Amino acid sequence: MPPAGCFRRSLLIGAGAAALVSPAIAQKGWEPTRPVQFIVPAGTGGGADQMARVIQGIVSKHKLMRQPMVVVNKAGGAGAEGFLEAKGARGNPHMIVITLSNLFTTPMATGVPFNWQDLTPVAMLALDEFVLWVNAESPWKTAAEFIAAAKQERLKLGGTGSKQEDQIIAVAIGKATGAQLTYVPYRGGGEVAVQLVGKHVDASVNNPIEAVTHWRSGALRPLCVFDSQRLANTEKMTETMAWSDIPTAKETGLDVEYLMLRGIFMPAGVQPAQVAFYEGLLEKVRETPDWRELMQQGAFNSTSMTGDAFRAWLTKEEARHRTLMQEAGFLA
Amino acid sequence: MEELGLLMQGFAVVMEPQNLLLMLVGIALGVLIGVLPGLGGANGIAILLPLTFAMPPVSAIIMLSCIYWGALFGGAITSILFNIPGEPWSVATTFDGYPMAQQGKAAEALTAAFTSSFVGAFIAIVMITFIAPVIAGFALRFGPPEFFAVMFLSFASFIGMSKGPALKTLSAMMLGFLLAAVGMDTVTGQLRMTFGSTEMIRGFDFLVAVIGLFGISEILCSIEDGLRFKGERAKIDARVVLKVWASLPKHWWLALRSSLIGCWMGITPAGATPASFMSYGVARRMSKHGASFGKGRIEGVIAPETAAHAAGTSALLPMLTLGVPGSPTAAVLLGGLIMWGLQPGPMLFVEQKDFVWGLIASMYLGNVVGLIVVLVAVPWFAAILRVPFSIIAAIILVVCAIGAFTVSNAEFDITLMLIFGVVGYVLKKLDYPLAPLVLALVLGDRTEEAFRQSLLISQGSLRVFFSNWLVSSIMAMGFALLLWPVVSWVVERINAHRSGTGAVVPREA
Repeated sequence: MPPAGCFRRSLLIGAGAAALVSPAIAQKGWEPTRPVQFIVPAGTGGGADQMARVIQGIVSKHKLMRQPMVVVNKAGGAGAEGFLEAKGARGNPHMIVITLSNLFTTPMATGVPFNWQDLTPVAMLALDEFVLWVNAESPWKTAAEFIAAAKQERLKLGGTGSKQEDQIIAVAIGKATGAQLTYVPYRGGGEVAVQLVGKHVDASVNNPIEAVTHWRSGALRPLCVFDSQRLANTEKMTETMAWSDIPTAKETGLDVEYLMLRGIFMPAGVQPAQVAFYEGLLEKVRETPDWRELMQQGAFNSTSMTGDAFRAWLTKEEARHRTLMQEAGFLA
Repeated sequence: MEELGLLMQGFAVVMEPQNLLLMLVGIALGVLIGVLPGLGGANGIAILLPLTFAMPPVSAIIMLSCIYWGALFGGAITSILFNIPGEPWSVATTFDGYPMAQQGKAAEALTAAFTSSFVGAFIAIVMITFIAPVIAGFALRFGPPEFFAVMFLSFASFIGMSKGPALKTLSAMMLGFLLAAVGMDTVTGQLRMTFGSTEMIRGFDFLVAVIGLFGISEILCSIEDGLRFKGERAKIDARVVLKVWASLPKHWWLALRSSLIGCWMGITPAGATPASFMSYGVARRMSKHGASFGKGRIEGVIAPETAAHAAGTSALLPMLTLGVPGSPTAAVLLGGLIMWGLQPGPMLFVEQKDFVWGLIASMYLGNVVGLIVVLVAVPWFAAILRVPFSIIAAIILVVCAIGAFTVSNAEFDITLMLIFGVVGYVLKKLDYPLAPLVLALVLGDRTEEAFRQSLLISQGSLRVFFSNWLVSSIMAMGFALLLWPVVSWVVERINAHRSGTGAVVPREA
């Protein structure tokens, strides 16, 4: 603790004012009275875990909440463990869950009795993008060239987990173009990127943040992004390219679109005032420079939603996942 | 010698008083975390990570990596004193460390463990300092077939080391594989053998099983033997450290070999746990006194500890240069890097020289400081054994329960730990070896995964395991080690026939 901080604190205590609470949490309404459990339905070090820990860091650094926030990883069964815990904690306002696409895919693929409607949606924080990557030494300069090659001979596409977002995209590419792709599942995105650098697979659909360092070092080449519009970040990441220079899949004639939800949920049966507290909290998190830096670094699509709009989005997205999973033959 | 200049700059960063203080705090916390079973380095660092946001990245990584070194040192303490591995990589240390403690040589075993940990780490750091880029490139050659080959080699070097009859060893190992298969199957995305139970979704965590199989079952055995420690009358003498040191140089080849195994396993990245098992297996195989391993040989402590620490240290290398963590703890540190605004990967060495070399310098200093801290404490650690068993056993039980709970914050794991304790006790009484079970449980999952990934890549052809010189030579080494007992038995028999005695007792099937 630097001396300046101690001084300020003793000054505050000396003042003895009743309103010594920082203005950020001085609003009326409900507030946590116990430490808040922040459940991550994924392992340590992955994208969801990183985001949860950044949020935890921001909340404690900027003192946005009086009670501490504790991140707990419940990764078992592709996240089923974490979701079931949240489902079982009905009415508990001291628990939040961060979700990734396994919110939809895990119950569909494994038959674990769980659905997003067993939770209370709080907010969409961002959407994570997917980019088609190949090794920089490969002959394919565009997505079209890659697809053409995959029609000639079977190519290997590495991804995270099984019957989850990466494999859904791989199957969708195959369906849309007739490309022959063998999907090879790995444990984490970082591992997939390195396997691609080492040429053990021919392509990957890594999130930007998982592969950016290998792109900048010249080992990987992005071919297209699976979004309806190009990435926003125009800062040059390599000598010649910025995130915004990567064409969309559609531009290159590949009709596949996929974005991954990064959202926050609470258990079912909580009070509206309690939901409102976390909505407000996350709003403040999004306004911090630390958050903006994360969004920039990971080239996230920073769309956010709450309330009914978010519910409507979830309903639509669940139906879309069901179709995608069914087409791929992934339903349990 | 550009590296030396950069390293000196790194030392300048580390020598700042604030950083030195954080280093000491980190080591002390790490030893504590290592001592508590279950609360592993990964968990400990994850809990303390938020504290570091306010610090400059260099200070933060110094503190967190010192926790890591501390945990690596600390893991050996409970393995040796109570047969409870504080960390997965100290399981192999129990094989000879605990018998030593029972013979009243706890202080010797602890000194040997700490010193060899230091030696392993030091060799790994020197390697990181001077040949990091070359090594990082080597790690890129490891795809699923190579990874499977390494796992195969681990098993091969370990099979036959067991004292029990071959059939019992094999069944213990198969039980381990069976337990490892429970839970999510990463290759198909399906749940296996959960029988509809939500508690089983997690699968059986290796640490929970180990705390039960080793720790709880040992307590049960001690209760049966009459409520006391066998090693209580140990002479405790500060000079024991010097005595052990005097005896260590003759094991230089063992230490060097174990370090190399460790470095290799850390980089590939397979991690410290398989490294410690493999190193122990190889040491036993290569030793003239192989048969007396497991009864309290100091080599049986040196080999796994050196390898575990070398692997733990070199596991940071793929994390820094490739962004792939070589161990669970490294995975959490990786998350930390991203939060401090640093992007791990090939560009880190180019763009964040201060950070990288500060970290490397802190590895040198952190390990020296760590060694001093733990060695000074050896007499006190050994004195724990003088506390009456009936008091300490209760404390151990509570600490084990907390540890089992901490692994994944699940109450069910405490029940599971107790069940494993009873299973371990029964297996011991029936003379089944526990080591192969544990080995299969810890490596089974990833071995299976690598095998199936390889077959996906090769479209089902087993030839993928002999497709290039690297994977072929590792597989060949594995087969050689696997067949060694058979070959040596045949050679022995031939020799026996020649000499006309024929008195060789054939092994059981």
